[in-house]
Amino acid sequence: MNPTHAAEQPARETPGPAIEPTEAPPALEVHDLTVAYRTQPVLWDVDVALPAGRLTAVVGPNGAGKSTLLKAVLGLVKPTTGWVKVFGAPYAEKRSWVGYVPQRESVDWDFPTSALDVVTMGLYGQVGWFRRPSRTHVATALECLDKLGIKDLAGRQISQLSGGQQQRVFLARALAQDARLYLMDEPFAGVDATTERAIFALLKELRREGRTVVAVHHDLPTVPEYFDSVVLLNMRLVASGPVATTFTQENLQQTYGGRLTTLSQAAEALLHRRPVDKK
Amino acid sequence: MSGPTLVVLAVGALVASSCAIVGTFLVLRRMALLGDAISHAVLPGIALAFMMTGSRAALPMVVGAGALGVVTVFLVEALHRSRRLKEDASIGVVFPALFAIGVILVSRYTSQVDLDIDCVLYGEIAYAPLDTISAFGRNLGPKALWVTGATLLVDLALVLLLYKELKMTSFDPALAAALGFSPVLVHYALMSAVSVTVVGAFESVGAILVVAMLVVPPAAAYLLVERLSAMIALAVGLGIAATGLGYAFARALDASIAGGIASAAGAIFVAAWIASPRHGVIVRVARNRALARRLDGELLLLHLKDRAAALPLDAVRRRFGWTGKKVGRVVAELESERLVTQDNGGLAITPEGARSLETAGTAPLAHSG
Amino acid sequence: MTEGGIVISYTLWNVLAGSTILGVTGGVLGCFTLLRRQSLLGDALAHAALPGVCVAFLLTGSKSPLPLLLGALAAGVAGSLLILSIVRWSRVKEDSAIGIILSVFFGLGIVLLTRIQQLPGGNQSGLDKFLFGQAASLVASDLAVMGTLSLAVLAAVVLLFKEWKLLAFDRTFGASLGYPMRGLEIGLTCLLVVVVVVGLQTVGVVLMVATLVTPAAAARQWTDRLSVMTVLSGAIGGISGASGAIASGLVSHLPTGPTIVLVASAMLVVSLLFAPNRGLLWAALRERRFTARIRRENLLKDVYLFGERGGGRFEFVSRPALMGERGLGGAEIERHSLPLLRAGLLERFGDALRLTPAGLVEAERLVRKHRLWEVYLTRRLELPPDHVHRDAEAMEHALSEAAVDDLDEMLGFPEVDPHGRRIPRREKAET
Repeated sequence: MNPTHAAEQPARETPGPAIEPTEAPPALEVHDLTVAYRTQPVLWDVDVALPAGRLTAVVGPNGAGKSTLLKAVLGLVKPTTGWVKVFGAPYAEKRSWVGYVPQRESVDWDFPTSALDVVTMGLYGQVGWFRRPSRTHVATALECLDKLGIKDLAGRQISQLSGGQQQRVFLARALAQDARLYLMDEPFAGVDATTERAIFALLKELRREGRTVVAVHHDLPTVPEYFDSVVLLNMRLVASGPVATTFTQENLQQTYGGRLTTLSQAAEALLHRRPVDKK
Repeated sequence: MSGPTLVVLAVGALVASSCAIVGTFLVLRRMALLGDAISHAVLPGIALAFMMTGSRAALPMVVGAGALGVVTVFLVEALHRSRRLKEDASIGVVFPALFAIGVILVSRYTSQVDLDIDCVLYGEIAYAPLDTISAFGRNLGPKALWVTGATLLVDLALVLLLYKELKMTSFDPALAAALGFSPVLVHYALMSAVSVTVVGAFESVGAILVVAMLVVPPAAAYLLVERLSAMIALAVGLGIAATGLGYAFARALDASIAGGIASAAGAIFVAAWIASPRHGVIVRVARNRALARRLDGELLLLHLKDRAAALPLDAVRRRFGWTGKKVGRVVAELESERLVTQDNGGLAITPEGARSLETAGTAPLAHSG
Repeated sequence: MTEGGIVISYTLWNVLAGSTILGVTGGVLGCFTLLRRQSLLGDALAHAALPGVCVAFLLTGSKSPLPLLLGALAAGVAGSLLILSIVRWSRVKEDSAIGIILSVFFGLGIVLLTRIQQLPGGNQSGLDKFLFGQAASLVASDLAVMGTLSLAVLAAVVLLFKEWKLLAFDRTFGASLGYPMRGLEIGLTCLLVVVVVVGLQTVGVVLMVATLVTPAAAARQWTDRLSVMTVLSGAIGGISGASGAIASGLVSHLPTGPTIVLVASAMLVVSLLFAPNRGLLWAALRERRFTARIRRENLLKDVYLFGERGGGRFEFVSRPALMGERGLGGAEIERHSLPLLRAGLLERFGDALRLTPAGLVEAERLVRKHRLWEVYLTRRLELPPDHVHRDAEAMEHALSEAAVDDLDEMLGFPEVDPHGRRIPRREKAET
C-alpha cells in the first residue's frame, strides 16, 4: 500500500514517517481520510502511517479535527472518503487491540458509580453480553488502579475525585483493556503536576512493553519531552514524523496559522537548544 | 358565519395570540417544558381560588394560577440549585406533585360543583358563546372573550415593556446581568405571564392543549424567520391560522375543536419543518448533497494538483473507491467549470482549478470549532 | 374477605396489585431515564400514546388490553423517533421538540377520541381510562397483562444491566468496545414505552412521569451505586404504589393516581432532606459543625497568642481582651469556650480564660500549621509576607497532621515564620 502511495504522491511537502524495516503493519494507518460534519469539512485528505511501539502526539489548534481523527479510527464517525486501518485490518476486526481514553468532560461525573466500577467497564468486552463481571475481573481492575497509584480510591464515588484522579481512573480503565494501541484524547488536560508525572511514567511503561500510544495533546512545550513522534494537524495533515525532524518552527507556524505564541517558540527552542528568536 | 361560531373563533384566536407571544420566549430560552409544567401545576391554585371564593370567577383563578406558576418555577429552581437533581428531573418531580394536589383538592372538596377535571384538562371551546357574564344588570357577552382578551393585553404589556430585557436575557443572560438587568426578575415575570395565559386559556382549550399553542406556532416561526419581532408576529399569525384550520377540521369530523386546533398547529409545523426556505429539510438535504459534491470535486482537484502527470480515470476510480458513474459526474462538473481538462492520458488540473483550491476548504481553520 | 375489620374488596386487591407493579417497574426503569436526563421523555411518550390507543381501537374494534397496548407502543416509538428527527434535522431544540410531539400527538388523540364517541358502540369510557387513569377499573385480565409486561421489563434490566449502565455513563466508550449503542438505546426507549403504557391505566397521562422520576430521584440520594439505586428505587416505587392504593381505598374521594404520586413525592422530600451524606439537612449540619470547630480553634489560638506576646507567660486572658482580638461578642466567646473548657483545654477564672497544659499542646499544633503554611506561601509561591496571613487562617483548619509533617520536612524544618515568630516543634508523645 505504501509504495504505491509514494509513487503517486511525489510532491508531498514532508517526508513520510520513517517506516521500520519490519514486516509488521503500522499500528495505525489513515489513508485519504476526509470527514465532513453537516456543512463543514473537519478532516481533509489526511494520510498518516504510525509505526508500532511509539508515543505519538497529535497537535493542532482548536477545531483542527484531532478528536475527530480518533473517532474516525474508532468508527464513531463515518468518513466521507478514505479509510482507516489498525494493525493492517479494519478497526472492527481489531477492536480488542485498541483502547480508548476519551476526554474527561465527555462523561457526567455525578453518575452513581465508583472508581473501581469505571475501571471494570474496561473489561466488559471480555465479560460478554448479559453476564456480570467475575471476581477475577474485579481483581484485575483493582490491579490497574494500583498501577496508577489510586488503589485506595477504588470505592470512592467518582464525583469525589479530583481532576487528576479522574484522569487516572480513565487511564486505569484503558490499562484494563490490555490493548496494543491506545488512543487518548487530551490525557494531560487539567491535571496536577503529580498526576502528569504519573501519566508520563505510564506512557513510558506502555512503550517499554511494545505498545503504541496516539494522544491528542494540547500543551506544545511538553511535546518533545513526552513523545517520540508528532502529527501536526490543521484539518489537513501539515506534517508527521519523529519529533526531532517534524516539530519545527516552520511546521508549527503552518499548523497554527500565523505568528506562534511565545509558548510554542519556547518549545521549539527547548527542542533545538537554541535561544528564542524574537521575530 | 353565525354569532356563536364567530365567538368561538375569536376566543381561539385570542388564546393563540397570547400563547404565541409568551411561547416564543419559552422556545428561545429552551423552557418549553417548564411551560408545560406550569400548565399542569396551576391546578391547585385554581382549585384553591374556587374553594375560597365559592365561584368560578375569573380574577381569583388568575391570581391563584399566577401564584402557583411562581411557586412551580421557584421549586424547580431550588431543586436544581441544590445540585441534588438535574434540571429535567426537577421539572418532572415538581409539576406532577402539584397537579396531584390539585386533583385531590378538586375531588375531595369540590365534587359537588362542576369544576371538573375533564374540563380543565381539555376544555371545551364550543361552550364559550353560552357562558356569558353580566355586570351592572347587563349581559356583557361571553366570559371567555373577556378573559382571553384580558390575558392578551397582559401578555402584550409584558412584551412591550420588557422587550429589550427579554431579548437580552434570552440570548445572553450573563451579559444582561453584567449590565445591571436582573435575569431572575425577567424570568419570573415571564413565567407569571405564562401562568396567567395558561389559566386564561383553560376555559377554551384546556391545559394540555395550551402547550400546543405555547410551543408549536413559535417553533414553526423559528424555522421561518430570523428576527425576534418577526418571529413573534409570525407565531401569532400561525397560531390564528391553526385556530381557523383546526376549527374547520374539527367541525368536519364532528370532533373536539381543541384537539383539531392542536392537530392543525402540528400540520403547520410539519409544513414549515420540511419546506422552510432557509432551514427546511428539503433545503438541508439539497445543501448537503451540494456540499458533498463540492467536497468530492475539491478532493479530486487536490490530488491532481500534486501530480506532475495526468491521472487516468481508472486510477481515480480505484483511488477513491467511487463508482464509474460517480467519477463521470464529478469530472463532468469540474470540466464544465473549466477546472480540469481531459485528454488521452487522463485528467489534469487547469490554472483556474489550482486557483480555486486556494479559497476552498483546504485553508486551515482560523477559529475554534 | 375481611382483614381485621377492613373490607378488602376485589377492586382494592386489583388496584393494590396494579399500583405496586407499576411502582416497582417505573422505579427501576426510571433510574436509567433519570441518569440519561430523559425524565421528560416519559411525559412525552405518555401523551403520545393516546392516538395509538385510539387507532388500535378503530382498527380492531376491541377494547382488550393487548391491541390497545400495541397501538400505544407504536405511537410511542413513532413519537420518540420524531423527536430525534426534529432535533437532528432542524434547529429546533430538544425541549421544544418534546413539547411539540407531546401536544400534537395528544391533540390528534383527542380528535380521534371524540370521533370514537360518535360511533355506535363507541362508548369510550373504556378508553377514558387511558387519559386519567381510573385504577378502580382494573380487572384481572388487565393485571395479567401488566404483570407479564413488567416481568419482561425487569428481566431485561437484569440481563442488560451493565450494557445500559455503559450507555448511560459513557456511550462513546461503550461504542468503542463494540456494543451497539444505537440498538441499546432503542431497546431502552421501547421498555420505557411499555412501562408508560402499563402505567397509564393506573395514574393517567399527566402523572405518569412521576412514577418514573420521583422514586429514582429519591433513591439517588441514598446511595452512590447504581445497582443499589435501582433496587431502592423499585422499592420506593412499590411502596408508594401500595400505600397510595390503600389510602385511596380507605378514604373517600381520594383518587388513586394522585395519591400514589403524593406518597412518592413525600418520600422524595424526606430523602432530599435526611439521606446521609447527600441529604440537605446533613449537609447543613456538617457545615454548622465545621464552622463551630473553626471558631473553637480560633479561640484557643487567640488565648495562646496573648501568652506568646506576653513573653511566653501563659496567664489568664480577660474576656474584653479576647473580644478585641478578633472582634467577637462576649456571648460568642462564652459559647465557644464551653466545649474547650469541657475538653480540658482551657480553664477559667470568672470570665478570664487560660490554657491548660493540654490546651497549650493543642494550641501549638494549630499555630504550627498556620506558620508553616505561611512559610510555604512565601517561599514556594513567593507571596509577600503581608499577603499570607488570610490564607493561612483558612488553611490551618483544613490541613491534616500528616500533611503538615510533610510540609515541615519539605521546607526543611524552618524555625520561624515570615513574621519572625517561632514555629512550635512537633510534639513527639501524645498525652
